[in-house]
Amino acid sequence: MTADAKHAPTPYLRLFDVTKRFGDFIALKDISLEIYEGEFVCFLGPSGCGKTTLLRAIAGLDIQTSGTVEQNGQDVSALPPYERDFGIVFQSYALFPNLTVAKNVAYGLENRKIAKRDVRQRVAELLQLVGLPDQGDKYPRQLSGGQQQRIALARAIATSPGLLLLDEPLSALDAKVRVHLRHEVKQLQRRLGITTVMVTHDQEEALTMADRIVVMNQGVIEQIGTPEDIYRKPSTSFVADFIGTMNFVAGTAVGPDRVRCGDNVLACETSDMREGDVVTVAVRPEDIVLREGVSESEENVFSVRIDAMEFLGSYVRADLALEARGDQILRADLSINLVRRMQIAEGDERFVNIPKERIRVYQGTVNRDV
Amino acid sequence: MKRRYLHSMLAAVAVTVLASQSWAATTLTVYTAIEADDLKRYAAEFNKYYPDIEIKWVRDSTGIVTAKLLAEKNNPQADVVWGLAATSLMLLKAEGMTQAYKPKGVEQLDKKFVDGEDPPHWTGMDAWVAAICVNTVEAKKLNLPMPTSWKDLTKPVYKGHVVMPNPNSSGTGFLDVSSWLQMFGEEGGWQFMDSLHQNIAWYTHSGSKPCRQAGSGETPIGVSFAYRGAKVKNKGAPVEIVMPAEGAGWDMEATTIIKGTKNLEAAKKLVDFSVSKEANQMYNSVYAVVAYPGVAQPVKNYPENIGAKMMNNDFQFAADNRKRILKEWQRRYDSKSEPKS
Amino acid sequence: MLAIGAFLVVCVLLPLYSMLSKSFENADGDFIGLANYADYFSTPALFLSAINSLYVSVTASVIVLVTAFVYGYALTRSCMPFKWFFKLVALVPLLTPSLLSGISLVYWFGKQGVAKELLFGELIYGPIGIIIGSAYWVFPHALMIVITALTITDARLYEAATALRTGTLRTFFTITLPGCKYGLISAGFVTFTLIFTDFGVPKVIGGNYNVLATDIYKQVIGQQNFEMGAVVSMILLLPAVLAFTVDRVVQKKQVALLSAQAVPYRPKPKRKRDLCMLVFCSIVAALILLMIGMAQYAALITFWPYNLEFTLANYDFDLANGGGWDSYFNSIRMALYTAAFGTVIIFFGAYLVEKGRRFIAGRSIFHAIAMLPLAVPGMVLGLSYIFFFNNPSNPFNFIYGTMAILVVATITHFYTVSHLTAVTALKQMDAEFESVGASLKAPFYRTFARVTVPVCMPAALDISMYLFLNAMTTVSAVVFIYSSDTTLASVAVLNMDDQGEIAFAAAMAMMIAYTCAGARILHALLTRSIMRTTQAWRTS
Repeated sequence: MTADAKHAPTPYLRLFDVTKRFGDFIALKDISLEIYEGEFVCFLGPSGCGKTTLLRAIAGLDIQTSGTVEQNGQDVSALPPYERDFGIVFQSYALFPNLTVAKNVAYGLENRKIAKRDVRQRVAELLQLVGLPDQGDKYPRQLSGGQQQRIALARAIATSPGLLLLDEPLSALDAKVRVHLRHEVKQLQRRLGITTVMVTHDQEEALTMADRIVVMNQGVIEQIGTPEDIYRKPSTSFVADFIGTMNFVAGTAVGPDRVRCGDNVLACETSDMREGDVVTVAVRPEDIVLREGVSESEENVFSVRIDAMEFLGSYVRADLALEARGDQILRADLSINLVRRMQIAEGDERFVNIPKERIRVYQGTVNRDV
Repeated sequence: MKRRYLHSMLAAVAVTVLASQSWAATTLTVYTAIEADDLKRYAAEFNKYYPDIEIKWVRDSTGIVTAKLLAEKNNPQADVVWGLAATSLMLLKAEGMTQAYKPKGVEQLDKKFVDGEDPPHWTGMDAWVAAICVNTVEAKKLNLPMPTSWKDLTKPVYKGHVVMPNPNSSGTGFLDVSSWLQMFGEEGGWQFMDSLHQNIAWYTHSGSKPCRQAGSGETPIGVSFAYRGAKVKNKGAPVEIVMPAEGAGWDMEATTIIKGTKNLEAAKKLVDFSVSKEANQMYNSVYAVVAYPGVAQPVKNYPENIGAKMMNNDFQFAADNRKRILKEWQRRYDSKSEPKS
Repeated sequence: MLAIGAFLVVCVLLPLYSMLSKSFENADGDFIGLANYADYFSTPALFLSAINSLYVSVTASVIVLVTAFVYGYALTRSCMPFKWFFKLVALVPLLTPSLLSGISLVYWFGKQGVAKELLFGELIYGPIGIIIGSAYWVFPHALMIVITALTITDARLYEAATALRTGTLRTFFTITLPGCKYGLISAGFVTFTLIFTDFGVPKVIGGNYNVLATDIYKQVIGQQNFEMGAVVSMILLLPAVLAFTVDRVVQKKQVALLSAQAVPYRPKPKRKRDLCMLVFCSIVAALILLMIGMAQYAALITFWPYNLEFTLANYDFDLANGGGWDSYFNSIRMALYTAAFGTVIIFFGAYLVEKGRRFIAGRSIFHAIAMLPLAVPGMVLGLSYIFFFNNPSNPFNFIYGTMAILVVATITHFYTVSHLTAVTALKQMDAEFESVGASLKAPFYRTFARVTVPVCMPAALDISMYLFLNAMTTVSAVVFIYSSDTTLASVAVLNMDDQGEIAFAAAMAMMIAYTCAGARILHALLTRSIMRTTQAWRTS
């Protein structure tokens, strides 16, 4: 269902030039975005990037300073939250502490002229759905964090809203619970086919759950794309840096598809560089290939010295010093199999190859805050 | 059937409402400083003659009632003041708050008790006279001789045994001070107070408290007024009321109509009653000196012949010089903080 | 939002403004600049009153602070037995008007007092009386702050000190004292302000020892000089505002200290210390009980000191000047209205400050105004109400002289502490309840009624209790604005004492005490039953 919905002609949710100011501070700047029915979209970015503000604007909890929000073909820009159609889950669960679990779930159903019996039945269904069928009579405080968040989810979807908003729903949970619930939420969303927007600062969460990711920084959208797009082809150096691990090497363009980094010249697939441009070359650690039986004369093959190896379970992260320029370190992820097979050890000198289709080149220098 | 029943019900209600209205057509808001236990009696007596006027009492101590009246100057709440110190009413008169009215039968009253202007702005009811309350038990314990005059109180033997009201917070206190200034002259008066001050244990905020304190033995001697002395004595306190030989200051309880009242006719009736012989007889049950000559009977525990001891009080002098006197008094005595014992 | 904002403006700002402008006017209402101030400052009596006020306030504050600290220390840091009893006794002064201590002191140490020899010939009427009387009634206020301060100290600090083999004394001076430093400063300022602005005790037992609070009374009631009363009020306001500001700053720092995750301290038994503490607390508790006990005795005596037969005649208030039984029932009505309306208004106000999303500037201004009443002495507030409300051109003029103005004045007078309690309770709730409610299409009032109110119920009950007790006992806020239809028990105590009817006064004060004690018991029962029924979720 989601796969088809992705390409539906009319978007379910449409933001146009949404701007939000708090005094002099611009929290959101001209955000335009389309979200399709049944899609699971993540707003991802560092804290303060405006992702939560954007979510609250969609909900009508903090109405934008300018711009429009359309939901299901209707302009809801100026509507208060209770006149919009959404369910929401917060990081803090926000379960009403004085109401039982069942009452919490029933909260949105109760003032809709639904018969009491039907309400009870629906609540039972929902509790079943989130895997807590026997917990209806307990108070929120008697449940674990993960259980509470499931209840919050059940409450949010109880009224079958057209849109589900999740504001960092898993951030307050323990690592294991988080991974588990991640999977469950995604499954539930698939099953219900409910259009969902989730705010998170956790890239892993976004990459595993989202159909599309909206990467935000300082109030603007940096990139919108599928998790694979975002990971493989980060369109800005910010995205490249923020998502996953990335090696950045400063360089100078020597041709439309040639960059000089120190003593080496790299071939890459870009073609819009002009000679003399100051650029930054980016490559992911897992894309650096350690090879035997090659020579430096081949394209994008360099001799390196293995400075340090860090054992990380299923793979090894190695610090590679480019021989020619000892101060330049590349991080490479090497599979344990490879390491065993090639008997790689610290201090070795080896050849690496950086496939040119894996190289990203960004204009200018990159300031990393790491 | 049902409807008819309703009609008759309504008619009955209407009759009741009308009837009760004709019974108490007017309600008068009356400000007063009369003692609480006398109020009900006064109202009942008045209603014997005017059953259709209901009195709504607003009672408080003299200072508070006066302050309240003045505070409400721009928007008076009272229709009539019945039973407030004449000096306070003079203050109201000066502020233009009183209504001139000549009550029926006012010519029967002692001239002293009627405002000099014609028609008068206020009429007096009864006099309360300054007096010295002496606790005989405590005096005996301390070997104090019975004082007979104001001047006696300045004798060293009474050092730390005299309590009097602070004129800055009590009307009675001011009454005392102004009477001494009139009797002993400006200079002599202050001289007298200088030496009296040496003997004062403490000054109180209220005029009746010195006598009450004498009654409870807190002080052997309290400068207060005769009416309070009699009341304390009635309660069984070992108190003797001394009328000082030089004469004593006095003030009267008086009545006035507040200008701008919406119930002028009823107010006039109340004031008419307040000067009547019957009303004066009523005052006499607690006050020995009343405005209507010849009706006064001796009151239990009151000093005899109290009328003769009343000095010739110049109320105008007191009103005109009030601010100056209080300031001077404060300068001389109120800035000495340490209580002398 | 607007309505409650307007409530505060009308009840706090405008009256104070009319008070300020009054102090610049002469009796005819003409503007005369600072002439009144010049006049007042040229009187030597002023400086004396100011110095006297300072002297008694500082002395009594120091006494109260030291006593409250040791007492609080005993309750929180020792294993002395009967803690519950000492906690209970310490709160007794809250149940009575401040005047009660004055009355009781007369019976103890007056000229006929049963223990006057203890004063070695000194008079109780004067600074000694004011200091003892004030210390009595502000003690619980100081104690509550000190206990809070002592409770929040981190036990790990003591464990660290023990591990470093620090001596008891050094531990006390390097950990205990600095740990509750801000609490002590805060308690100091609160007691100072309370005593500095109190009028009941100096009125009853002050003799001719003038303080600023009685000066206002003298100016207004004794001389009907409202302008000068306004001047003294403004002067009285100054140190109170100063103390309040310092206290606020200190409170902020205290909050910063609190944010650390502290482990609560649990005292271990130490025979010698516990015994010392028991002795000390017994003495303090005995003094408190002696004070209220004497008032009770006074209320039952026929005619002190000459007829010591017991009687109930002193409870026949209708025979006393200053207010009969009416005033007692008025007081109860007033206290109930204050508790009911006050809790609703204050709670709503706090809700808007805490939960409103718009008008950020408006909300912070509202919060600032809500803080103000704490710094305004009751008499100043009451006097300003006369100026403001008894003005025919004021549209609210109609409440003058009614029960309403008393209720409004009392709510306003005790607004701040209640407001802070409500805000704290609301802060403990999840910030997103309203958002969730809105997303579920539940109107805000439904979430308010079904979630916010039930969750905050215990706090709301506390607020209403606080308002009720204060409404029963306050004198200063209402002494200028009650009318004959609305005489109050606490004012009756003042007036009866003023008239010298001290036995009636004691009896009336005791009626207030019984009522407040009854209300407290009721409150405790109600809280318990509410905790059991609607607050079951808390315990589980």
